[in-house]
This record gives sequence, structure tokens and C-alpha cells, in this order.
Amino acid sequence: MAQLKRFLAGTMALCVAGSLMTACGGSDDSSSSGGSTASKSGDSAAANSVADVSAADTEKLTEENVGKKYNIYCWNTEFQSRFETYYWPNRDEALWDGVEVNWVINPNDDNNYQTKLDEALGKQSAEGGDDNVDMFLVEADYCQKYVTSDACLDVIGEIGLTKDDMKDQYAYTQEAMTDGNGTLKGVSWQATPGLFLYNTEYAKQVLGTDDPAEVQAAVADWDKFAETAQKMKDAGIFMVSGFDDTYRCFSNNVAGPWVQDGKVVVDPQIKAWVDQTKEYTDAGYNNKTSLWDDAWTAGQKIDGKVFGYFFSTWGIPFTLLPNTLDKSADEGGEMAEGNGGYGKWKACEGPQAYFWGGTWLCGAFGSDNIAITRDIMLKLTCDADIMAQITETEQDYTNNKAAIQKLIDAGYSNPFLGGQDHLSLLSAAAENINMNGKLSPYDQGCNEEFQGAMKDYFTGNAASYEDALATFKTNITTKYGDLSMD
Amino acid sequence: MKKKTISYAKWGYIFLIPFFVVYFIFSFLPLIQTFGYSFLDYVVSQGSVKSIRNPGGGADTIINNGFCGFENYANVLKSDGLFTLSFKNTVVLWLVGFIPQIIVSLLLASWFTDIRLKLKAQGFFKTVIYLPNVIMASALSLLFYSLFTQGGALDDLLGNPVLLTKIGGARGIVGFINFLMWYGNTTILLMAAMMGIDTSLYEAAQIDGANPSQVFWQITMPLIKPILAYVLVTSMIGGLQMYDVPYLIGGTAGNPAGVLKTLVSQIQLGKNSSIGAVSALSVLVFIVSAILGFITLKIMDDQSIKTRYGKKKKK
Repeated sequence: MAQLKRFLAGTMALCVAGSLMTACGGSDDSSSSGGSTASKSGDSAAANSVADVSAADTEKLTEENVGKKYNIYCWNTEFQSRFETYYWPNRDEALWDGVEVNWVINPNDDNNYQTKLDEALGKQSAEGGDDNVDMFLVEADYCQKYVTSDACLDVIGEIGLTKDDMKDQYAYTQEAMTDGNGTLKGVSWQATPGLFLYNTEYAKQVLGTDDPAEVQAAVADWDKFAETAQKMKDAGIFMVSGFDDTYRCFSNNVAGPWVQDGKVVVDPQIKAWVDQTKEYTDAGYNNKTSLWDDAWTAGQKIDGKVFGYFFSTWGIPFTLLPNTLDKSADEGGEMAEGNGGYGKWKACEGPQAYFWGGTWLCGAFGSDNIAITRDIMLKLTCDADIMAQITETEQDYTNNKAAIQKLIDAGYSNPFLGGQDHLSLLSAAAENINMNGKLSPYDQGCNEEFQGAMKDYFTGNAASYEDALATFKTNITTKYGDLSMD
Repeated sequence: MKKKTISYAKWGYIFLIPFFVVYFIFSFLPLIQTFGYSFLDYVVSQGSVKSIRNPGGGADTIINNGFCGFENYANVLKSDGLFTLSFKNTVVLWLVGFIPQIIVSLLLASWFTDIRLKLKAQGFFKTVIYLPNVIMASALSLLFYSLFTQGGALDDLLGNPVLLTKIGGARGIVGFINFLMWYGNTTILLMAAMMGIDTSLYEAAQIDGANPSQVFWQITMPLIKPILAYVLVTSMIGGLQMYDVPYLIGGTAGNPAGVLKTLVSQIQLGKNSSIGAVSALSVLVFIVSAILGFITLKIMDDQSIKTRYGKKKKK
């Protein structure tokens, strides 16, 4: 009996210890299996040596597509859905000879995605391996951080796209991802000029028209914008939803980036946003919401009491469309007029040209599936037919001038925007985007912390702009210990 | 015959090994490391990525200027430093939750243990008041956030005051969540203490004609003092580490007016970059917690011996 007890006790101790090991070592498991593949693929990846691959080596690269797992790092499902709809429409067929695609999705907020991505890149093995990041996505707010690093593969020299492949892309999407040596580090499938999206029912009610040209005249500059805001207020409607809505109009027209020589600098344009938003808040032109919160989203219903939203191209299909529907597509709602605000929003240029966001695809150094990366980039950022298809069905504004022009020439009309051809507006705006000298690697933290701190000033919890600025200073220098601020 | 006395003591130690190994690797070593970091001028740049192609070479993201003495502590303790404001916030948030918590818990515990009241369905009530503690703090916070956020159900009901953007409202809501989560736990602890009191004391008091409030203040309170002290100090230490609830309600900026910025949220804010400074802050939190822990031990030792057994022994 005693022996049995002892045996049982011993077994249980082992079980407890064993479960602890497995609990802590979950990721070890996969890395050890990855290790064995890495050694298997080591030789060929080394022969790959990435630097001397030109487009002519396509065949060679296909052979060298040795990784069995293709890891993509991103922060939401936007690219995943594009990928699954347009790159891999036939889901029954195995992709790339059985290479498995693995999505690693970490939300963007609070630099979370960057932290996770940096961690993964830090473990990147130069010899390849199935745990290596193969492709990662970056956003305008922090793309500079990766452009200046050596984590990205050279799109032309290493991945093997040619300038000719990319000739129809907007120049700014390439300039933003080009480092000091002129090396292109990433490509995008979208261009992100911004527009002012307005609720046509309120436009008719207050301005007496919902014609984009006439509404544009009513919001042509910030003075006219404020005049219209007053009219809206008299009718019980908010001109914009919250504090941050007009932010990008100003922050993308700054003279210099947030961080200059290790110092955080508040640009006069940013200060102008603060002054204007304080004025609008005190005058009751906005509903005091913050970006992405519930009340901000609720305003996008057709009876949401908000006249308009500043949205960049991706915001229309990805944010406004789902938010304004009464019955979502998942619930069986029809994509047609009568379902909430479908067909009842229109777009105009707004008071100031701006851009917002943008997502780039980067190939990661150490990837052992570069041929796949090239194929994805070719199909999802260069192929005019696919680009046109995406714009037509997803209402995304794709990064291909020829495809867009073809759609416009064919008499494009967007049923969600009441049949309006908003592509013409966007393509005019896209030509003027210039990101040069406006981006810093720290933009995401600066934008988030600045908007957070200024919210106190707008709501009256901070006595003055200086108080709110002091809060921002403490937060930003803690979040980014290598920066200082005067 | 000798074989019949088997020592099971060693199994106790064997079962403890996994805990100590895990504690040593995941708690003790980082603790020592944090002490070390707090004396270094140590910053990680978030604006660049470690070189992959040239490991060890290239621009380094870690900026470590070596030993800097107590400079981090001096910076953190400055009047506009990380410690001062957030310590005040933390204490206020803790008090807002703890004061109602201890009052309600004392009341409930004395009702549940009252020999004359004899409440029915005690098991049911005990379960119900403990239930909020079973729910994750983050789930509760998100629930309250969606109730009180602009256009939330309760916000609409109250006529859209948007309490979460008011200093008092935000503090009150965070305090209420903490109260809701912990009053059940405290009630159970206090009940255990009260049930340990000899019922003959209550009977004697009743015969002498003491009214309920006299019984509570003269008999119950003095006799549960050690547990009360324990509750107080564990709650304080828990309160010092408050993070999830205020963060989910107020975000990194701790809005409104930064009153939801607690000690730990400052540590979280800087943990990826200002390693030296937030290490110093962590050490300060550790020191404050250690002092509080020491006080508990002191009170528990003295009080429990004196009030429970000390007097008896003297007889």
C-alpha cells in the first residue's frame, strides 16, 4: 500500500512538473521543430545569399523556395482578406506546392504590433527556417523605422521585382519606402488620399443639396467649414464626430516630422489642430468623441447626428461601410440601398488635402520563401487586372494608376456612395501626396499620446494647452526614453 | 515494524520544487535584474530595429550609458516625475474602492455571523457576493466602459453626463469596480475571523444588556483586529499594483486629466524604452509593498497573541 502511495505521489509530482514545462515551453516546441527544418534548408538558403538575385533568376528562386511555412505578420485582417479573396481564391487547392501560410496578427494599439514584430525579427535566423518572418506589413506611422533598418529585403535587388512591374504605382508610395541609399524596401497595394465623406440626408436638410460640387463649396476651406458647422449646429447636427477627426488634415501637412534630431517637436500645423478643435468643442461643432470609440462609430449611422467624417481610401470600405449598415453582411444584410446608410453617403475633397495611413508589404531578411514574396507582391500590388478588381468590388483605392484610369474611363460609379465616381476625386488627390520629410519612426506613439493628452484640454480637465503639453511631454519621453522634448 | 513509519516530509519538499524552480527563474532573477537596471542609464530606442544582417554590428537599439547611481531615482521622485503623481492617483483610487468595501464587508460579515439574526440561504448569498471576483477584471472593466462610455446604456439613462471624462466619475467607476470585485472576498475573510470568536462572549454581552452596536464595537472589532489588519495591508499591496482596470477605462494617457495613471501603468508605459527609469519606479513600488508587508507581520504577531492567547496564558 505504502509503495503504491509512493508511486502515485511520485507520478503526480512528475505530472505537475511536466505540465509546468509544457506550459512554459509552448513556443519552444515549435522553435525546436523549426530548428530541424532550418538545418535542412540551411545550405540552399545560404546559396541564396539574397543579395545577388535578379529577376532572371526566377527559376532558380522557385527551386529554392524551401521553407514549408510562410509567416506573415500584420495587425488586422484587412490584408488577409485581400489575400484570401484575390491571391488564393480557390481555397481547396493547396497553395505554393503545399507551403503553409501562417498569419500572425497582433493589434496595432500602443505599439503592440511593433514590439511583437521587433521581437520576432530579433530572432530571425539568417539561414532561414520555418519560424522566420517571411513577410511583414508596416503602416505609415512607423514605416520609417523599418525602412531605415536592414530587416527589409530590397524589393528590386533581392525580391526581384522590376521598375517596369511597378511603373503604375504612385510615386509617393515608393518614395515613402525608399531609404537614404535609394533602396526600395516595400510596396503597397493601396494609395491613401483622404476625402470628406458626408451624410447626404443632412446635406439636403441643411444645405439644400447633396451635390458633391456644391457641398464642396460649403466646406472649401476652414472658414467655410466652420460656417457650415454653425448651420449644422443650429439644426442639431454635429459637423464632425470628435476631437481627432480633423487631425490628419493637419498632421499630414506638417513642415517637419514629429521627431527631429532626437527631439519631439510640435509642428505649427499640429498646434493649429489643437486650436481649431478647442474652438469647435467649445462651440459644440463636435460630439466630443474619440477616434474608434463607440459613440464615434455610432455617428456613422445615417441618423447618427454627424454630418461628415474624414476618411482616407481604406476607411470607406473598412470602416464607414460596415458601421453605417443596419444589418451587416454576416447577418445577411443586402449590399443595397435601404440597408442603413448604404447609398446615402457621398464624398468631396474637403477643406484641405491630406492622406491617412497606408500599408506596405515588406519581405523580411532571412526568409526562405522569397519567390513567394515576389509572387504576392507582383499579383497584389502590380497586377492591373487584380488591382482593378479590388477597387471595383472592395472599393479600396488601389495603387495602380492605369487600373484606376481604366475604371474611371469605363464610367465608374460607386453604389455605396449613391453612384458617385469618387475615384476621380481620389486620383486627383493621390497625385499631390508628398510624404517626404513628414514621417518619423516614432509617429504612432506621438500621435496616440498627443491626442490622448490634448483630449484633457478639449474636455476642460486640463486648465490650459501648456498643462496638456506637459502631460504629453512626460508620457512621450517615458514611452520613448531616447527622445527629449523642450 | 520500523518500516511502518514512513516520513512523508520529503514528498512535501518534492512537491514544492516545481514552484521554487519557477519562482526562482521567472520572479526572483528578474527581481534582482530590475534592481540592477534601476542604477543604469539604460534606454532602448524604439525608433530603429536591431540589425539582422550584421548581428552585433550596426546601430544598436540599446543605449546603455552604464552606472548612474541614484539618478533614475532622483528623476522618478521629482515633483513632476513618474512616481509622485501616479502614487497619489493610486492611493486615491485605492481609497475610493477600499472604504466602501470594508464598510460593506464588515456589515455583511456581522450579519451573516450574528447568532440572533440566523439568516436563511447564507450559502446562496455568500456565493453571489463572491461571484464578481470570479469574473476577470478586464471583462468587468470593459463592461463598465461600454455602460458608461458616451452613448453607453447607463450614460444614456443618466442623460449623457459621460462620467468617464469627469475626474470624479472616472475615479468613482474604477473604485466601484474594485469594490465590486473584492468585497465578497473580504466578507468571507472577515466572516472567518468573526466565526472564530467564542459565542459565549456574545451571550454574556446579551445577558448584560449590550445593544448590537455595543457588541460590534466592543467585542467583534477588537477580536478581529489581526484579520482586519491583514485585509487592510493585502488590499493596499494589491492596490499599489492596480493596473488593468484603470488602463482599460482610461487608456495609456490615464484620461481624464491623467488621474487614472497608476504606478504600474507608468511602468507599462516605459517598459519597452525607458528601462532604467521604470526599473527605479518598480523598485520603489517594491519598497513600499515590503514596508506594508512588514507592518502586517508585526501587527499580526503582536495582536493575535495578545488578544487571543496572551491573556489566557497569564491566567
